[in-house]
Amino acid sequence: MSGYSITEPSPRQKWVAGTLVALYAVITILPLVWIIATGFKSSADAIAYPPKVVFTPSLEGYVNLFTTQTRQTAEYFATHPPQTWYERIVQSKGLTIAGPSRFGERFMNSVIIGFGSTFLSVFLGTLAAYAFSRFKVPLKDDLMFFILSTRMMPPIAVAIPIFLMFRSLGLSDTHAGMILLYTAVNLSLSVWLLKGFIDEIPQEYEEAALIDGYTRFQAFTKVVLPQAATGIASTAIFCLIFAWNEYAFAVLLTSGTAQTAPPFIPTIIGNAGQDWPAVAAGATLFLLPVMVFTILLRKHLLRGITFGAVRK
Amino acid sequence: MSQSVITRAAEATPPGLARRFRGLSDRTIAWIFVAPTIFLLLAVNIFPLIWTIRLSFTNFRANRPNAGVEWIGLRNYDRILTDSDIWQTMQATAHFLCWTIVLQVLIGFSLAWLINRKFKGNDLWTTIIVLPMMLSPAVVGNFWTFLYQPQIGLFNYVVGFFTGADPTSFSMIGSVSLAPWAIIIVDTWMWTPFVMLICLAGLRSIPDSIYEAAECDRASKWRQFWTITVPMVLPFLMLAVLFRGIENFKMFDLVVQLTGGGPGSTTELTSINLKREAFEKWRTGYASAYAIILFVTVFGLASIYVKALNKVKER
Repeated sequence: MSGYSITEPSPRQKWVAGTLVALYAVITILPLVWIIATGFKSSADAIAYPPKVVFTPSLEGYVNLFTTQTRQTAEYFATHPPQTWYERIVQSKGLTIAGPSRFGERFMNSVIIGFGSTFLSVFLGTLAAYAFSRFKVPLKDDLMFFILSTRMMPPIAVAIPIFLMFRSLGLSDTHAGMILLYTAVNLSLSVWLLKGFIDEIPQEYEEAALIDGYTRFQAFTKVVLPQAATGIASTAIFCLIFAWNEYAFAVLLTSGTAQTAPPFIPTIIGNAGQDWPAVAAGATLFLLPVMVFTILLRKHLLRGITFGAVRK
Repeated sequence: MSQSVITRAAEATPPGLARRFRGLSDRTIAWIFVAPTIFLLLAVNIFPLIWTIRLSFTNFRANRPNAGVEWIGLRNYDRILTDSDIWQTMQATAHFLCWTIVLQVLIGFSLAWLINRKFKGNDLWTTIIVLPMMLSPAVVGNFWTFLYQPQIGLFNYVVGFFTGADPTSFSMIGSVSLAPWAIIIVDTWMWTPFVMLICLAGLRSIPDSIYEAAECDRASKWRQFWTITVPMVLPFLMLAVLFRGIENFKMFDLVVQLTGGGPGSTTELTSINLKREAFEKWRTGYASAYAIILFVTVFGLASIYVKALNKVKER
């Protein structure tokens, strides 16, 4: 681009715009900073008035998050001195560790269900997207719209029969059931996004491969798949983020064994109402992967959140 | 790169596996590839939808599976459409929808317009602004109840600090008049970046040459904004409103955690109301009819809207 353009804003305009946007960004990030900070506060600091900006860091929240505790007598403590730093934190409040909390388990459920459903929906989505992109599928447009329309239904609306269906199939509160459900919910995103990515790969590559004696299937696996790798990866991350954050189905269809972290974190209760440092610690651990992915995904973000309907 | 793919494809000899798939025509492959997706969507979306329609004509209760199920025709629908509580829920939903869309469009568009000035570091700020919408609404909503606490919450403290009001004198989620705003604020915080990103894509799609031509015609900046920028971004903006509208009509997780529908039922949006009917009162048949009415409403409104959107696009 050569130097001067009338549409280029003046340095002063840029400065004003930059300041306003930075101001908004700071306001936006404040609640997130507050979550992370609260995770490192002691219970007293977390509920201090006025809210404490400067505080002595404490790992109390994380210790509370990962353990369940019981109240003990002074005599008990006299005979059982604390062995580790986290036992010391717990004992300073007159409690002892009774065992691990269920947070680890719930977090693992999120991981299993998230990755399981992501793998399945990307796998099925890639196949369907390839077929929609390359072949003359009958009723193609109608099928594509049908796939998209499955996203319009409020989750609660389908939750009733799915609840009944899962109950009779023995799938309620199981990992398999939740993986299947999230796979179905994510398929619309996966098919639409991947079709866009595969459409962009020139057909000539496959034609060259077919002429050289490859079958259609080989052309797909050896030529198209490697070319679509970045598209597949970003689709996978969007599916993972969705399954990771999903709440409605998780709270309605699971009660224990297969419950993911989002319904669990709000139920972390301390001595008086919610144990905010522990809630904040749990939220931090839970939100962190998504924050990292968001930063990695910057380029594909728009396409991912609009199902590829808008391209940057 | 393209060359290497072609040569790679050309040099490799097809291995033995190829023979087994050789017989498959494109048509068969297309079917094998599409079938699982369609099958799964039919099983998990369409089958339940048909089941919901069927249940909506009965007085079935899911917590009493052995009780006799009666076919009661359209009585569920009749009861819903004449129930004043449900109209109140609809009003709360409409109020929530209107304000979130107005605020998100205004702020989102302004931000996109500013970011389009291409100043230094806009990539960093954009990434920060975009973060909230990628997070879990339930977890974030729960934490916002902490920020909204009158005694200890950051939100009340900051508002008090800037307005001079006593931070303990008002409760965002405890008061009837403020509770809807508590949700609107969090939703706007989470989803403004979505509108912003789409507007930004719209703004970047406008070629510089149009502005240069306008500049030659001595059109004022104001005039350029209204005759070039706004009409060119409008289709994008309308798409953003469509997506936000559908999403907010279904809004569940954030509100459940933030206010739980309270105080009273001031923030009981349709999804929350529906959940209460289906999974707390266990009036499954009734809730099914309710779900169908909601689905038809979203689908109908969305279709009308898409038609309008296509007209704007054609212009």
